[in-house]
Amino acid sequence: MEKEKDYLLQISDLTVQYNTDDAVVHSVNNFNLNLVRGEARGLVGETGAGKTTTALSILRLLPAKVGEIVKGSINYNGEDLLTLPEAEMLPLRGKKISMIFQDPMTSLNPTHTVGAQIHEVLDLHFPEMSRAEKDKRVDEMMTLVGIPPERKDSYPHEFSGGMKQRIVIAMALVAEPELLLADEPTTALDVTIQAQILELMKQLKEKFNTSVLLITHDLGVVAQFCDSVSVVYAGQVVEFGPVEEVFKRKENHPYTAGLFNCIPDLNDQQPRLHPIPGRMANPRVLHEGCCFADRCEYACDRCRKEKPAMHVSGEHGIMCHRYEDKEVF
Amino acid sequence: MARKHKKPLSEYSTGQLVMFRFRKNKLAMFGVFLLALVFLAVLLAPVLSSYEAVTKMHIRDKFSAPNATYIFGTDEFGRDLFARILYGGRISLLCSFAIIGIAFVIGALIGGAAGYFGGKVDTILMRIVDMLMAVPSALLAMAIITALGNGIWKLVVALAISQVARFARIVRSSVLTLRNVEYIEAAKCYGCSSLRIILKHILPNGIGPIIVSATLCLGQTILSISSMGYLGLGVASPTPEWGTIISENKINIQAYPYLGIIPGICICLTVMAVNFIGDGLRDAFDPRTKN
Repeated sequence: MEKEKDYLLQISDLTVQYNTDDAVVHSVNNFNLNLVRGEARGLVGETGAGKTTTALSILRLLPAKVGEIVKGSINYNGEDLLTLPEAEMLPLRGKKISMIFQDPMTSLNPTHTVGAQIHEVLDLHFPEMSRAEKDKRVDEMMTLVGIPPERKDSYPHEFSGGMKQRIVIAMALVAEPELLLADEPTTALDVTIQAQILELMKQLKEKFNTSVLLITHDLGVVAQFCDSVSVVYAGQVVEFGPVEEVFKRKENHPYTAGLFNCIPDLNDQQPRLHPIPGRMANPRVLHEGCCFADRCEYACDRCRKEKPAMHVSGEHGIMCHRYEDKEVF
Repeated sequence: MARKHKKPLSEYSTGQLVMFRFRKNKLAMFGVFLLALVFLAVLLAPVLSSYEAVTKMHIRDKFSAPNATYIFGTDEFGRDLFARILYGGRISLLCSFAIIGIAFVIGALIGGAAGYFGGKVDTILMRIVDMLMAVPSALLAMAIITALGNGIWKLVVALAISQVARFARIVRSSVLTLRNVEYIEAAKCYGCSSLRIILKHILPNGIGPIIVSATLCLGQTILSISSMGYLGLGVASPTPEWGTIISENKINIQAYPYLGIIPGICICLTVMAVNFIGDGLRDAFDPRTKN
């Protein structure tokens, strides 16, 4: 494989568990991901698949005491984030790695003006910048996200949901981070606003050359926004590759194929959709074999006993016994 | 609301913005005016009256109703109630504000730390608070004064400690509800330190109930100073203090109601003024409740 790739983020073997009172929840299991600088990667999977946990692990903001990173490494620009002391994480958050949350209604502080909130990010990370410069940056950023700068004295409750998400994006990008973690940034918005916000994020991503890790359960969003995609099931990546390849290829991981089957097709006169049978794997139980075996129509004895390896060909990888021998699809 | 100001709003600090909103609140400004009036009267006590008059007995004029010589009348020993109330107000106001202030700061620190950090810190701090709460506050204050010895400042410390628990509880619960709110999480993601999150993000959002309870607590505190005084702890009888004035006159209140009404009105006005200010502050901290 090409070695000269400029990786911004390399997550390898990340395993995270939540130690609750009555059980250990294995949220993320041997998670692997390589993100090239400037790339937009989609993380797709069901609720509870460990997508958000992975993002919070990158920022080291897992709930204290409950969330525990058991093993693995998160290599960011050559540094392992998991071994950095907390004092060195602070300047990283917001400046190098930023995050956008799902619900813009609750991710802004209701007691400060939106201008002040964008300003605060600059206060935190650019103490040497003069007040006038910061104000100018805030104005520029607001214009960029499509909110007139005159509105900076308004409070969050005076905005609509879509506008709030624009402010959140302005806050996330004002320090021009290298990596943006977007946790379902459009889930709480209606479809027309969703398209606008995605378009905006796309433009800004190009402008600042930001790498993006987009967490979503919507394959449509992935197709619209991302260069590549990692499909996550039960806390591990079961298939990854460039969006084109994953979407166009004939043979996917059974889980990915199941996800595609859940999308209604306008050209096809299907009376019913085909949901994936069964339920999300119980994260309290560690799987001996393939994590998807219980729901997979192709599952055989081997699948239940032996963990499949990731079969990589080119830029694409798939974790399934069925592809062991097929090098070319 | 911004259009009236000379500069754009964004050039003001959060504190200045809170002040703008506060000043627009008429009731709160009335509270400030009332409280200023009370403070002014109390500070000007030597001008308006004299310290001599506080204990000087005019036996022949005892129980005179308010008149030109004795504006507020006299008590059973013929002492000038006006002078006693002015000088008594000094002790009442100073002590009650000091008590609330100390209790508030210590309570907020304990409750804030317990709520924000959770876990063992929470358990240890809250068990201490539970211990404080398990003892009735009057009893606790008496025990502390007995241990420290008598005196006005020791009384302040004792009453402050007996109030710490309630503030710690209130602050903790508002920090707990805010700790997991998404914008606090977001603030962490932007690189805010714990201290900054507590001061800048949690405090302005959680201060409402704390201020209200602090202002309500004030009137109660003035009265508990006097009940301590009645028990011979802290402020003892010849020294005037609003609550003490009421309690020393209570046998005569039926026959001479002004002896209870006048100091009562003083306490009421002060508490009311502080309540108005408290409500105004609470609203000023929350931009959504303006107008």
